Amino acid sequence: MSSSLTDGLSASQFFRRKKLVLTAVLAAMVILSLAAGTLTDFRIAKVFVAIPRVAVWLVKNVVPDQMALTRVPNILDKLVATIFMSIMASVTAAVAALVLALLGSKTTRVHPVFSVLTRGIASVTRNIPVVAWALIFLITFGQSTFTGFLALFFVTFGFLTRAFTETIDEVSASAVEALRAAGASRPQVIAQAVFPSSMPQMLSWLLFMIETNIRSATLVGLVTGSGIGFVFDIYYKSLQYKSAFMVVIAIVVVTLAIEMISNALRRVIL
Amino acid sequence: MALLEVENLTKFYKDVRALSGVSFEVKKGEFVAIIGPSGSGKTTLVRCINRLIDPSDGTIRFDRMDMRALEGMHLRHARAKIGMIFQHYNLVTRLTVIENVLHGRLGYKSDLAGILGVYSEEEKQKAVEVLGLLGLEDYVYRRCDQLSGGQMQRVGIARALVQDPRMILCDEPIASLDPSSAKIIMDYLQKIQQELRITIIVNIHQVDIAKKYAERILGFNKGHLVFDNKPGKLDKDTTREIYGAEAGELFSN
Repeated sequence: MSSSLTDGLSASQFFRRKKLVLTAVLAAMVILSLAAGTLTDFRIAKVFVAIPRVAVWLVKNVVPDQMALTRVPNILDKLVATIFMSIMASVTAAVAALVLALLGSKTTRVHPVFSVLTRGIASVTRNIPVVAWALIFLITFGQSTFTGFLALFFVTFGFLTRAFTETIDEVSASAVEALRAAGASRPQVIAQAVFPSSMPQMLSWLLFMIETNIRSATLVGLVTGSGIGFVFDIYYKSLQYKSAFMVVIAIVVVTLAIEMISNALRRVIL
Repeated sequence: MALLEVENLTKFYKDVRALSGVSFEVKKGEFVAIIGPSGSGKTTLVRCINRLIDPSDGTIRFDRMDMRALEGMHLRHARAKIGMIFQHYNLVTRLTVIENVLHGRLGYKSDLAGILGVYSEEEKQKAVEVLGLLGLEDYVYRRCDQLSGGQMQRVGIARALVQDPRMILCDEPIASLDPSSAKIIMDYLQKIQQELRITIIVNIHQVDIAKKYAERILGFNKGHLVFDNKPGKLDKDTTREIYGAEAGELFSN
């Protein structure tokens, strides 16, 4: 595209045009931000004025009081339940995604039609945000852990189907060709070439999704009235800010810990 | 009696004709080199022989089997009798050398035995023995991603050999190797042909190497077979016909 625009230009014309385009893009972004600010009545000055107030409030509430500390066991209980729910959702979604990826990847598919189907299913499930999924299932299943599970399941399923399909094509295509040439059957090819080549990368994607889901689970819990998100909601709405903040601290600590564990695992696998 | 008979082989990719009416025969135990510029149809040709690519028209008879009529089990058994070696070795690099070599036996195995990777004692012995012949006895249990290019290609040859093949197809086997590794690989291929009487068909870019090792050369240009004769007959004019006018000068010595 750029070549047709820049064909037949001298070097100085070429760079002048490039600068012009860059300036135009920057100007457009500034105008767009200003317009958006005006429309939503956003004043940057207000934000700066508010910062000291927020800081004071935070300091007052960040240190847990006696009441918040007595709630720690309950908070951790819910947090662990939320983590296990996220892991369950991620793992079951990974199994389903693996089946679909094997059907849809160029390397292992039975027919090209499956690739189109797989890509369609994956992009629909992936592009509906997790909170929207939660709302959808909220209507059907009401406020429950299962609703949260389903929301996480579908987003993970869409994402991992895409990731697994690409991994299979990228990592195992050449070995698959060799095994087919040697007379291996499709199930043999999948077991002997596709799995050994792509399993580490797939597990790495799964770990990534578990981490992501533990983070989103808080939000999903707020919507679906379950898990750690629900606990936070209760404390927050009953104005027990110190306890609510205890929940936040617990989430941050546990998320960081999970990420460290998952990075260590990844180093072992890859 | 020819081991391989190719008759009027034609392959279209959408509207592009990759091979047009190619016919030739290869005798048992022959060493045939296929030369031609990039895009002349060499790779398509080798892959049509073992049906990694489905031809559009023509017949391929290997060992009196009509390759184009074979499906399922029968195709697998025919493929098991044809080894294949690739430019990029196409190994499962995360597995060990011996596991990759044993993949050559999958064509003879039931689905279940293949999925579980159950190999007989003879098969394992044979794999170790073949690796010894290729000078890889010290690397049997090494993971393939720790090997050099030349060593990986020798694993590729070992995988083809445990198939107990009647013919080995080689798609640019030395294009990614340095000259000394390339010579080692070509010498092994020659040894396999001379001592085991296995037919070798090799796609190759280097005309001088083709002339040195092959007993017969097939020259392709734009999907047409334009030369089929002994290496000695490959002179300036025929080289020009295969590679185009300018390249003819390059090979004129």
